[in-house]
Amino acid sequence: MKLQSRHLLGLEGVTADEISLILDTAESFREIIERPIKKVPTLRGITVLNLFYEPSTRTKISFELAEKRLSADTITFTTSTSSVKKGETLKDTVRNIEAMKINMVVVRHSSSGVPYFLTQCLDSNIINAGDGSHEHPTQALLDLFTIRQKYGKLEGLRVVLIGDVKHSRVVRSNIWGLKTMGVSVAVCGPSTLLPYEVEKFGVDVYTDLDKAIDGADVVNIMRIQLERQQSGLLASQREYTNLFGMTAERLKLLNKNYTVMHPGPMNRGVEITPEVADGKASVVLEQVTNGQAVRMAVLYLLSGKWEEEE
Amino acid sequence: MKKQAYDLVIKGGLIIDPALGFGREAHLFVKDGKIAGIENDTKAWRKKIDSMPDDMVIDATGKIVVPGLIDMHVHLREPGREDEETIISGCQAAAAGGFTTVCCMPNTFPAIDNQETVKFVLSRAESADARVFVIGAVSKMLKGEELAEIGDLVKAGAVAISDDGDYVQNPQLMRCALEYARMFDIPIISHAEDQYLCADGVMNESFQSTRLGIKGRPAVGEVIAVLRDIKLCEFVGGRLHIAHVTTAGAVEAIRQAKAEGINVTAEACPHHFCLTDDMIGGKFDTNLRVNPPIRTKADVEALVEGLVDGTIDCIASDHAPHAEEEKDVEFDQAPPGMIGLQTTVGLVKTGLIDKGYLSWADAIRKMTQNPARILNLPVGTLKVDGPADITIIDSDKKWTVKKKDFRSKSKNSPFVGWKLSGKVSQTILGGRVVFDGK
Repeated sequence: MKLQSRHLLGLEGVTADEISLILDTAESFREIIERPIKKVPTLRGITVLNLFYEPSTRTKISFELAEKRLSADTITFTTSTSSVKKGETLKDTVRNIEAMKINMVVVRHSSSGVPYFLTQCLDSNIINAGDGSHEHPTQALLDLFTIRQKYGKLEGLRVVLIGDVKHSRVVRSNIWGLKTMGVSVAVCGPSTLLPYEVEKFGVDVYTDLDKAIDGADVVNIMRIQLERQQSGLLASQREYTNLFGMTAERLKLLNKNYTVMHPGPMNRGVEITPEVADGKASVVLEQVTNGQAVRMAVLYLLSGKWEEEE
Repeated sequence: MKKQAYDLVIKGGLIIDPALGFGREAHLFVKDGKIAGIENDTKAWRKKIDSMPDDMVIDATGKIVVPGLIDMHVHLREPGREDEETIISGCQAAAAGGFTTVCCMPNTFPAIDNQETVKFVLSRAESADARVFVIGAVSKMLKGEELAEIGDLVKAGAVAISDDGDYVQNPQLMRCALEYARMFDIPIISHAEDQYLCADGVMNESFQSTRLGIKGRPAVGEVIAVLRDIKLCEFVGGRLHIAHVTTAGAVEAIRQAKAEGINVTAEACPHHFCLTDDMIGGKFDTNLRVNPPIRTKADVEALVEGLVDGTIDCIASDHAPHAEEEKDVEFDQAPPGMIGLQTTVGLVKTGLIDKGYLSWADAIRKMTQNPARILNLPVGTLKVDGPADITIIDSDKKWTVKKKDFRSKSKNSPFVGWKLSGKVSQTILGGRVVFDGK
């Protein structure tokens, strides 16, 4: 069993077997992270470029640590200005870097489709670390891993994705991944932040949070970007919190043994109360730890290294 | 040497001229750059033709002979972006695509918002392989703030005005433009997309934009823009032409306005009736990025219906050359537009005629008689003594669109690799063969 593609561009089109393979592989790496010496020689000799065209804290650190724990050589390139503004095209930038002989590229960019674009101009394996509002596959994989870890299964569960559905790549990748694994998915957010024909993803759509979470197992709460207010998509932060903020009171509507997730960074007191964020059902820190294991698994499976071992 | 009665004869083709109501096999004669006559295939004419030197005879047997086609919506990029296209190269592409007349949009650098720039373009076009008519700006520097000197533009030769590329967002300015242009009996060509609703959007707003997480340009942005312009036109008069219609809603709005007797006409582009927005996912081909965007299957069907029932008067390419380096970027960073002069005939044949939607006569009317009427151009027909602008089409010839065959300086076409039916075999401008594809 291996992955069909040598890149991970998104979870759309990735099969249940492939997702299971990644999650199963991540299980064994998860164990390595708990060891006193958190390093294996798996990717020795492999050079990974982390190309971050957008600010990122946890995803960048998570990938860097995953790479280092696999003994890859890593280099991280961060820029807040787009390549266009610098006068060099993205294509030229990455081809120049690849000329220094790298093997894998982890890319985050504000434009949807950039990871695919890179597959067309580079020979490296490409891993999408978030492109525009399109996909963020490793985040969704770590969410799946975390849910599976808690319940021992995915199929048959009910997950509600809450918040800015329109601009969220995390939501999109979660929808693809969860649905492929047989999870029942609902999205909930203000109507201005639900994208056109979102129901065509095959998800239940709600604007009433209480109805959305009634009888669900997992709530995955997205960060709300306060700039949305300026573009007229939201009336005020106060109103958003009243309508969509997750409170301890609301959690009573969920099934017993419910789970609270958040991909971070959190706006405490806005989309989630501190009580919920730090409550015993919250797995937000577990998500972060699992993120490393999942990224190690993805790097390993795409690197081709495993083929040499067989 | 014996003096010939004619300079050129096009022998045995199926001559279709909607303006003349002509549609049968005949011989077409040219003298001094003008149409000298159309004659039936009698023994006497056949004998006369046989006596003419070979290089004066084009055998069009089995082919279609039509008035030189008119593309009323192209971007020639000169002055300002001669790296992308020049008037000369754009007209070479036109000739290879069967167009003997092109109308160029004013969004150049500097913009065609003054007499001198109109004159510059017309002088550059004198030696080109197609006739160029100029569309002047509605507003100074296309800023949408103050009217351009439209009287001056018309005096210099402009045949219409447009701020193409942008909607005239200010309704008061659009009202004034329609009223003002009435004095000169020229149409205003509207790029109808509300700038607020479409701000920063780079593809149609649909499930596809939802799926890809790409900011959309909603269909309603076009519909509202079209409706507003129609209402203004109804109120103040003048002539309104809607460029590149893409949505079912806009087609319906135009259909209704025409039924009410409002002076509105419209055009559609091949890419809008041949492509759908679900083609963007996967490869994010920036050649599919265009304003207004490619839409849904339902919109394509409505557009075809509008072409069939005459709601849409014209077919135009919106030929928009862009430099390779500007298109070889992130999807949302690419400038909008694609080239189209050399693929229009093939796409019309493959996408409309072969599917039984339009006859050749209907299609040719939308690329000859109708644009000529709307813009009051002295071309678009084979009437005797008119300019000998003629296009010969090998109507069933199968061909593959190849980048290397583009005569445009830019190659940004999403149709590269497409297999099409219907190819231009010769293009004749004022009696001169400007393209011979054999």
